[in-house]
Amino acid sequence: MAEDKNQGRVPTVIADDVHIVYRVHTGGGGKGGATAALNRILRGKKAEEGRGVRKVHAVRGVSFTAYRGEAIGLIGSNGSGKSTLLRAIAGLLPAESGKVYTDGQPSLLGVNAALMNDLTGERNVILGGLAMGMSREQIRERYQGIVDFSGINEKGDFITLPMRTYSSGMAARLRFSIAAAKDHDVLMIDEALATGDRKFQIRSEERIRELRKEAGTVFLVSHSNKSIRDTCDRVLWLEKGELLMDGPTEEVVKAYEKETGK
Amino acid sequence: MSVPPSPDEGLTPAQLAAKYNLSVSGARPGFGEYVRQLWGRRHFIMAFSSAKLAAQYSQAKLGQLWQVATPLLNALVYFLIFGLILKAGRGMSTDVYIPFLVTGIFVFTFTQSSVMAGVRAISGNLGLVRALHFPRASLPISFSLQQLQQLLYSMIVLLVIIMAFGNFPTWSWLLVLPALVLQFMFNTGLAMIMARMGAKTPDLAQLMPFVMRTWMYASGVMFSIPEMLDKHSPLVADILQWNPAAVYMDLIRFALIDGYGADKLPPHVWLAALLWAVVVGVLGFVYFWKAEERYGRG
Repeated sequence: MAEDKNQGRVPTVIADDVHIVYRVHTGGGGKGGATAALNRILRGKKAEEGRGVRKVHAVRGVSFTAYRGEAIGLIGSNGSGKSTLLRAIAGLLPAESGKVYTDGQPSLLGVNAALMNDLTGERNVILGGLAMGMSREQIRERYQGIVDFSGINEKGDFITLPMRTYSSGMAARLRFSIAAAKDHDVLMIDEALATGDRKFQIRSEERIRELRKEAGTVFLVSHSNKSIRDTCDRVLWLEKGELLMDGPTEEVVKAYEKETGK
Repeated sequence: MSVPPSPDEGLTPAQLAAKYNLSVSGARPGFGEYVRQLWGRRHFIMAFSSAKLAAQYSQAKLGQLWQVATPLLNALVYFLIFGLILKAGRGMSTDVYIPFLVTGIFVFTFTQSSVMAGVRAISGNLGLVRALHFPRASLPISFSLQQLQQLLYSMIVLLVIIMAFGNFPTWSWLLVLPALVLQFMFNTGLAMIMARMGAKTPDLAQLMPFVMRTWMYASGVMFSIPEMLDKHSPLVADILQWNPAAVYMDLIRFALIDGYGADKLPPHVWLAALLWAVVVGVLGFVYFWKAEERYGRG
């Protein structure tokens, strides 16, 4: 295979000049309420802005190649396009122009959206697992592991109660446990580390390291330079949707810290 | 980094991707592949629809009893207005009219709520669409399935009412099953069409209740179309009778109600039911699949 000719550097994710544009329906648009909206319709403005649609250019021409075995951190200030870029890599958000090529199906660590607060924790474990594409058998095998890992049952039989009765910390722990139960080829983690109490954080960091070993390539979005330093060997620095810097962790994080004045 | 020059040097990203067999992320799979993926997600579709159904009344004290109570109350209101006040049951005895009305309401509600759920299937679940991978058709299908389960609860009420008016189980009751299967196909197709349109234009959710109400009044839910319209304009009556909602309602009424015989149905009604189901079901699925990679954009 090409692998040995190439010192084992097998690309798993290639981003080629990716642009992502969000279209946001602002409802009424600029000013006024219903009458202003009607006015705009009657005057028949062709521009999308006229109908209260605004474009947000979230990622502007990002290109990079990620290789197997790399753990890549994404840093940048709030709203710099980190999470958006992750979603594009996962193929969840279509790119306006440019392409993302991937090996297998990259997945985002998170199942929050599939879970329902009115259902019991038990049912949510099954639903979340199925939503992530696990089979019923896999879920049955891992069910006990998920419940034990979340520690939900440490304070009584909570797993058979609806999730809306959980404290926010408990719910976050269960969500993380469900999400982390699956193995991934290319794994993307979006600041998932900061949930639960201290004890749970240590346990989840451990699990993330395990997932890293199993996954081919890991992307991590975080505002904690410490956890980036701990887990990543390469860092992409995004600012205003543009790739500002791409290189070894220490180099990029230092430059970033200098810029942010820390 | 001191990486020795590799044979990959100088390749464009596209060439590099081709060399290592990488595929475009988020590209729409081919039709066969899509169907296969969807089949792979059947457990998720089932679990999601029954979870939605169970979550619906979980805060109410009477809980799941509302699954049955809601359609019953619905039927009562319509009977009060159309049966007693407006006397829309011309040409039918009360014994026939009440089962006729209740069947009509339940069967039409099945289509109506599938369409309404379809409109919001993507636009109301953007969080899910933006977080996880699955063939997006899972959502409209799952919502139609939820409505089917809801209908089965209504059917319990319906059968009790029908028996209370002197219709007892006969073999013809079994005809309900193929009729419901066909209606489910039709509904799902329609839900998928609405899901794609609703994903692009969320405003449809505001508009659809009016469209659906017009459709309901035009489909003879609370009156017999031939009885009311044949004398004035037979053509309109024919067109209304061939509309899918009227076709499915008539078939189920025919199956369940003794006093509602074949003479009340338009000719070739089973063929019409089949055609509507296959045409709308397949078209809806293909139409939905064509935009698969675009769902989830803001």
